Amino acid sequence: MGLFSLPKNSTVKPGKVYSAPEGATNVRRFEIYRYDPESGENPRLDVFEVDLDRCGPMVLDAIIKVKNEIDSTLAFRRSCREGVCGSCAMNIDGHNTLACTMAIADCREVIRIYPLPHQPVIKDLVPDQTHFFAQYASIRPWIQTQTPPPADRERLQSKEERNRLTGYYECILCACCSTACPSYWWNSERYLGPAVLLQAYRWIVDSRDENTGERLDELEDPFKLYRCHTIMNCTHVCPKNLNPAKAIAEIKKLLIERQR
Amino acid sequence: MSERPLSPHLQIYRLPLTAVLSITHRITGVLLSVGLVFWAVCLMAVAEGEAQFAWIQAVLRSLPGQLLLWAWLFSLFFHFSHGVRHLIWDTGHGFDRDTLDRYAYLELVAAVLLTLGLFLLT
Repeated sequence: MGLFSLPKNSTVKPGKVYSAPEGATNVRRFEIYRYDPESGENPRLDVFEVDLDRCGPMVLDAIIKVKNEIDSTLAFRRSCREGVCGSCAMNIDGHNTLACTMAIADCREVIRIYPLPHQPVIKDLVPDQTHFFAQYASIRPWIQTQTPPPADRERLQSKEERNRLTGYYECILCACCSTACPSYWWNSERYLGPAVLLQAYRWIVDSRDENTGERLDELEDPFKLYRCHTIMNCTHVCPKNLNPAKAIAEIKKLLIERQR
Repeated sequence: MSERPLSPHLQIYRLPLTAVLSITHRITGVLLSVGLVFWAVCLMAVAEGEAQFAWIQAVLRSLPGQLLLWAWLFSLFFHFSHGVRHLIWDTGHGFDRDTLDRYAYLELVAAVLLTLGLFLLT
């Protein structure tokens, strides 16, 4: 079954081993997925022994240390280092999360790091997210209106209307949830995935948006929305503690309720 | 440049309990469908007459037959319990991250208790 196994060019081979420096006492073993697009070889799993006495507390600190001190060819995305930008999303210790907010102390003994699952890999820990962001663009993530804005002020919201966005507007589009979803693994060509559906819901419940009906029409599709089988991996991994599964359930409810 | 490799998925992902139960729901669904075919055969045997009925009875009373029967019944109760959870999810409830595992254990316990209950009744 091609679905469950990896294509021939994607199976991961054992890689190089970089032993800890002499005299290091607090050593942790990191096994990091490597892929060099120019070599034409299969991906491999390199072993880096990192001296934690000379390293920051987060997994991202260790990865940066590896790049600075051991192998400068290691490629990964990172920016804010405080869980705000979503760049350093990757699979750490079997779960998708942000490397910058994942403490080394909270991982199991050997820390395995892979790119986000079931994505085309550009290099090392950098996946190609073109498709993911194209899907995001497809839900038109901006306010759409029919009426002209008030002449002298913004489109106002009551506090209650604003509160409906809480739990949804905080999404940083790191793609941890979508790439944790088995349904998205098998159907990403047509299923929008938890992150994009949470974003879709964020615009559906926005009191200022006037295209709610069209937005729901777009989603009423056996694949775009209904490939969600409530597996709950999305809610389980969200590094911002949001609840994509709940957002998807709310969209399904709205689709039923409007039939009445 | 060669074609981009696909990053590992099932091979490396540590599925949380809810995901394991989700795939179990699907597997038990398949088992229930296969079992239904066997029940149809049983009913046909009953209609056929004494010899066939005795044969089916012997199969069901044998150790492998009993094991399969109770595995099927457990599948039924697990599928039922997880089905109830799906109904609750459909109302928009039961999504809190902190309660996911608790409800997962609850449905497992419910399935075991229902199976045990039936075992004691028969």
